[in-house]
Amino acid sequence: IILYDIRCFSVRAVSVFNVLRSLSAASHGLTDEQKEFQKVAFDFAANEMAPHMAEWDQKEIFPVETMRKAAQLGFGGIYVQPDVGGSGLSRLDTSIIFEALSTGCVSTTAYISIHNMCAWMIDSYGNKEQREKFCPDLCSMEKFASYCLTEPGSGSDAASLLTSAQRKGDHYILNGSKAFISGGGDTDVYVVMCRTGGKGPKGISFGKKEKKVGWNSQPTRAVIFEDCAVPVANRLGEEGQGFNIAMKGLNGGRINIASCSLGAAHASVQLARDHLLVRKQFGETLSNNQFLQFKLAEMATKLVASRLLIREAAQALQEDRPDAVAICSMAKLFATDECFNICNQALQMHGGYGYLKDYAVQQFVRDIRVHQILEGTNEVMRMIISRNLLSES
Amino acid sequence: MSGRVLVGVKRVIDYAVKIRVKPDNTGVVTDGVKHSMNPFCEIAVEEAVKLKEKKLIKEVVAVSCGPQQSQETIRTALAMGADRGIHVDVSGKDYENLGPLQVSKILAALAKQEDAQLILLGKQAIDDDCNQTGQMTAALLDWPQGTFASEVSLEGDKINLVREIDGGLEHIKINTPAVITADLRLNTPRYATLPNIMDSLMNNETELHKPNHRTSLCVGLIPLFETVAPEDMQGGTDRSGAMLRHTVLQSGKPKRIILSCLCI
Repeated sequence: IILYDIRCFSVRAVSVFNVLRSLSAASHGLTDEQKEFQKVAFDFAANEMAPHMAEWDQKEIFPVETMRKAAQLGFGGIYVQPDVGGSGLSRLDTSIIFEALSTGCVSTTAYISIHNMCAWMIDSYGNKEQREKFCPDLCSMEKFASYCLTEPGSGSDAASLLTSAQRKGDHYILNGSKAFISGGGDTDVYVVMCRTGGKGPKGISFGKKEKKVGWNSQPTRAVIFEDCAVPVANRLGEEGQGFNIAMKGLNGGRINIASCSLGAAHASVQLARDHLLVRKQFGETLSNNQFLQFKLAEMATKLVASRLLIREAAQALQEDRPDAVAICSMAKLFATDECFNICNQALQMHGGYGYLKDYAVQQFVRDIRVHQILEGTNEVMRMIISRNLLSES
Repeated sequence: MSGRVLVGVKRVIDYAVKIRVKPDNTGVVTDGVKHSMNPFCEIAVEEAVKLKEKKLIKEVVAVSCGPQQSQETIRTALAMGADRGIHVDVSGKDYENLGPLQVSKILAALAKQEDAQLILLGKQAIDDDCNQTGQMTAALLDWPQGTFASEVSLEGDKINLVREIDGGLEHIKINTPAVITADLRLNTPRYATLPNIMDSLMNNETELHKPNHRTSLCVGLIPLFETVAPEDMQGGTDRSGAMLRHTVLQSGKPKRIILSCLCI
């Protein structure tokens, strides 16, 4: 006979759930300041984003007003210097903020992170005139930005890009096209990676708005340059420096995207937990099923592991450590893969309901699927990490 | 009327958290549970900061009574725009016994010490729902009180208030100094901005006070016998038609039966 003390079990269960709640709260080890940033971001996500996330996804709405509200709180240029309107925070602060915002809507937060990267790029590599001309409007989101690196023929192999910029007096004439540009067609400032030296005809135009599985609250279009004249004054850094700038930008971008995956996984674990406590089958709540308990434990463990790796990478980048590139790639690889699995498993735990658009969990799954592909595919992440490990120094 | 406003802020279990009763029925589980500023206190802070922005008052001082963690709540008030914080350190058994009477004595003493012109509080806390602290504080100070305020405007050294009461809206005018308690529709609290958070945490300090014998906490303890969760809802009984006849016939004599419509 196996005697099962139900009262003991429920006491333990209560403390397990409390621990999960505090783990999920994700605020351990943060400074007082960081806890306040996180609080604001969580509140903003819960009040201003989460109620609209399904509608933005279904109607493919680019939520300009909500993003401007976020910018008023300082989220438009989080790691941009204060002298041009930014908040001047660290990479770790940024990761914490994006993780929290992402619980409200992954797609919108991911766009905000791309916008932040563009603003940072101009802030870091621009001269005085460029910084003063572009950064304040970007930090307030008076103007929105898009980052144009990928082309139809060059994705993972970014160095093989073809868009050319031919110098003519005090302008460059751009020819070529960029693909999968987030915000393309609806944004105001385009940071474009191009090859100096080239030829061609007319201006800047946009391809059709792509229909995507997720990331629907931001429009994605090809950006086409035909003899597009761009003043030399708008060139960031020196000729030939572009590739370096792009790669530096990607390190931060990878942490940001991974942070967005974290937020989605965090929200999905909460949703799964709540569902397990409510849904009954076979005469008891799903939370009494050992397989599901173990599955939830694994999900929570991977969530915390992902979070720690991302925060370590953010620190490394902030301090410009020699391992920064490798660890940012590791964080992106690990977190995006694990968080997708977490969200997917959370969907599974919802049973048939998980497949309905009435339930948020499917949107988290769809929205973060692409994080395993962009900002450098997870295959490219492995290339970077192995190269780092196998190099002689 | 210029001068200082004292705003009381209480650290409570976050409104979104599912409350669980402790297994020994001595209270609710608070360890490891998410806490935040009482929503009505947030509204009070927002009102105080707005008054300061309109230059009708000079300084907003946020006060919280409780253990070490109450400092988080004061930080949130500072990030919203309060100038200074006062943490009245109450922990352990004293904290368990801390109720509106004790807090109002503390607030009354602080109001005199800080020469406050106005005390702004939330109408009630969402954990104990007492709705007493504002009223008691006013009585102890012998100040007028404007409770359940949904609109506040200062006119010289008087305050015009609209109160939300059962019968509708009541318009009153009270003298200062006064105690006001905030109701839901008074305002919508702002989000702290990142620059505000950084400024406030760098520049503003929170003073630590220990309650002294004059603000004795030992008086007026209310013994707590037991905390239990409400009973689970039972299904209702259909007392219409056939059921009614059946019950009467069964017992053999007419019963007084109260016909109720659908019990859900």
